[in-house]
Amino acid sequence: MELFANLAHGFAVAFSPINLLMCLIGALVGTLVGVLPGIGTIATVAMLLPITFGLPPVGALIMLAGIYYGAQYGGSTTSILVNIPGEATSVVTALDGHQMAKQGRAGPALAIAAIGSFFAGCVATVLIAVLGAPLTKLALAFGPAEYFSLMVLGLIFAVVLAKGSVLKAIAMIVFGLLLSMVGSDIETGASRMAFNIPELADGLGFATVAMGVFGFAEIIRNLDHGAEMDRNLVQQKITGLMPTRKDLADSTPAILRGTVLGSILGILPGGGAVIASFAAYTLEKKLAKDPKRFGRGAIEGVAAPESANNAAAQTSFIPLLTLGIPPNAVMALMVGAMTIHGIVPGPQVMQKQPDLVWGMIASMWIGNLMLIIINLPLVGIWVRLLRVPYRLMFPSIVVFCAIGIYSVNNAPVDVVLAGVFGLVGYWLIKHDFEPAPLLLGMVLGPLMEENLRRALLISRGDWSVFVSRPLSAVLLAIAAGLLVLAVLPTLRAKRDEVFVESEG
Amino acid sequence: MMSIRSLAGACLSAFAALSAFAVPASAQNYPTRTITMIVPFAAGGPTDVISRIVTAHMAQTLGQSIVIENVVGAGGTTATTRAARAANDGYTLITGHMGTHAASVPLYPKLAYHPERDFEPVALLAGTPILILARKDFPPKDLKEFVAYVKANAEKVNAAHAGIGSVSHASCELLNSILDVKPVGVPFNGTGPAMNALVAGQVDYMCDQIVNAVPQIKAGTIKAYAVATPERNPSLPEVPTTTEAGLPAFQAQAWNAIFAPKGTSPAIIATLNAAAIKALDDDNVRKRLLDLGSVIPPSAQRTPEALATLVKNEIAKWTPVLKPAT
Repeated sequence: MELFANLAHGFAVAFSPINLLMCLIGALVGTLVGVLPGIGTIATVAMLLPITFGLPPVGALIMLAGIYYGAQYGGSTTSILVNIPGEATSVVTALDGHQMAKQGRAGPALAIAAIGSFFAGCVATVLIAVLGAPLTKLALAFGPAEYFSLMVLGLIFAVVLAKGSVLKAIAMIVFGLLLSMVGSDIETGASRMAFNIPELADGLGFATVAMGVFGFAEIIRNLDHGAEMDRNLVQQKITGLMPTRKDLADSTPAILRGTVLGSILGILPGGGAVIASFAAYTLEKKLAKDPKRFGRGAIEGVAAPESANNAAAQTSFIPLLTLGIPPNAVMALMVGAMTIHGIVPGPQVMQKQPDLVWGMIASMWIGNLMLIIINLPLVGIWVRLLRVPYRLMFPSIVVFCAIGIYSVNNAPVDVVLAGVFGLVGYWLIKHDFEPAPLLLGMVLGPLMEENLRRALLISRGDWSVFVSRPLSAVLLAIAAGLLVLAVLPTLRAKRDEVFVESEG
Repeated sequence: MMSIRSLAGACLSAFAALSAFAVPASAQNYPTRTITMIVPFAAGGPTDVISRIVTAHMAQTLGQSIVIENVVGAGGTTATTRAARAANDGYTLITGHMGTHAASVPLYPKLAYHPERDFEPVALLAGTPILILARKDFPPKDLKEFVAYVKANAEKVNAAHAGIGSVSHASCELLNSILDVKPVGVPFNGTGPAMNALVAGQVDYMCDQIVNAVPQIKAGTIKAYAVATPERNPSLPEVPTTTEAGLPAFQAQAWNAIFAPKGTSPAIIATLNAAAIKALDDDNVRKRLLDLGSVIPPSAQRTPEALATLVKNEIAKWTPVLKPAT
């Protein structure tokens, strides 16, 4: 069996002391990056890239890969503890994860996120090794029309996952789409909605808006007089650290489904991992016997998206390893790292650099093992962090967020903008608008717009291309079906909405 | 982490400003401290890799380390604006590029700097040749057929590029203007996604730098018609030049060169130029650059004067091609 020989070779490479050390450093840095709000993977990999020049290429890439998937583990921590998603992929984790924390169940939420990530990481690693080459075809089958339809589907997910009014969710998606259009037009380079502010020419950053509408808005709300009681309650009633038997039973199918969805969507270049986490959440909510639990502390709402985003983070290596084409910004930096070391990634990289490819695949499994060993004991420490009095906690969160936002572009304007979005977010929370659909709209907006324009450019303006291509037609049909499912209950009875309003 | 670094950077530049007033005659012992080289693109891209290879050797010659600072945004013009405004004491330099120091002039009407007026040319480093590429099942077999096919089917063909202002965009516009065709240009976000679309056969052709294309060509996932340099490239010996293949007018390469802010003393420029030339003559540096498919300029093109002429010619070359596009 060639596969086993390759894997054995990979493990031999990955188990060399230097590579084990690199893997550990990568996993640690990744966890840290995920935990610190605002400091994203792209910025970290870009900053650390020059440091890797002195290292052997395999070790350097093992470390950078570790940072990338390690951040998916850590990213859930701030989402759950303080409702601040550090990465676009952990936005949905905040929905139920933070509710669990408010109910004193931060421990189980963090633990299930780590367990789900570990399981997904292991499965996805095997998938890369066994099916990497054939799965590449999927990445190539997706043209602009298919992407556009996938993005439409992604936006419909955002409608479904909203716990309140469908109309308000749609309003937030559209607002997110509008925000995503700020900056230079991709086709003509014309400046749009930038108001002659040079810092806006490249668009609004995800970190800026996410820290604002989630982080700062949450802090303002917490400092609000009425919320004080609620907060003290959170600190007092912390119960067990580890998930109960029931939690595990509830989460297992969610983890399995999240892993499958994440593995498939991760292969697609672009927003694969983000869509995967939203899709996994939507799927769980649709399958659940009692969908109303979602958004109010359902453990499946943490398990599924966390498994999905970690699986997607792993399988997104497939196009890079088999085609030599980077599917996202972090992978593009990995290509840079390879180039600097004199390895030009391409379709033959698997044959020409077996040490690198199989060593990296083996190291991913080792890295996942390290991550769960690092993360499970940390759960206790993170939960204890919640006991820190809020008057001490919130200034540190604000400072960390401000540093994180500033470090993305070294631009003071970004910090000011995050403050403005904090006020906007506070207003939105007070009026029962949810920020998650806004962020999804903002992340998917550019991909949707670019692919719409590309598809129409190639078809010479013929809209039928979206239904005449089978993959695209199927995706649009699913989207239409989901929308009907989401709208029907609200048309039939406004019960859910009333429930939310009386609670808020 | 970054903030501490930039704080340190701010202190350094404040110090630089002070020391510039204090010791104007220090050009003789230049350099006495770390030099910052601004690279206007992300770490790992062709410009970054070339800068790192050359400056690592220059640092040995100069006896001071050279720190690379990657400043990204707005097609490299953000970084170039910053370099133009930096102190002209020889401690802040920039690796300029075909885009930032030529194509930017017609592309960005409100550019905050002018490549000729705001910079002192130092040395030309290395260039990356441009290839004419097509999806593997695109009907034309060679460049002659390609020219005829694109002209005959101008309404139908699609040309991919990596975004407005990118090398692939500028060079494709040049090719189209030579062929006198206006195919539909399909913009992608970077060369990665554009290459993906070409490999998948979603677009017909594109012009791109050799680094990204060689492995795909060798694997047969795409095909190359010609390389737009006077000589064939050692990494793709079977691909003819545009001159050999019958389109001599199409000459383009993504050149990279060191620039200093305007007013940097001629003695410092001479020191830096000598160090750069020494690096380009080093066997190890040459090997690494050639492995990337880069072209190393011959001696005559390595002087600051030759670079000044290059910039002038390049602006003249790109302006008519790119002006109507914006």
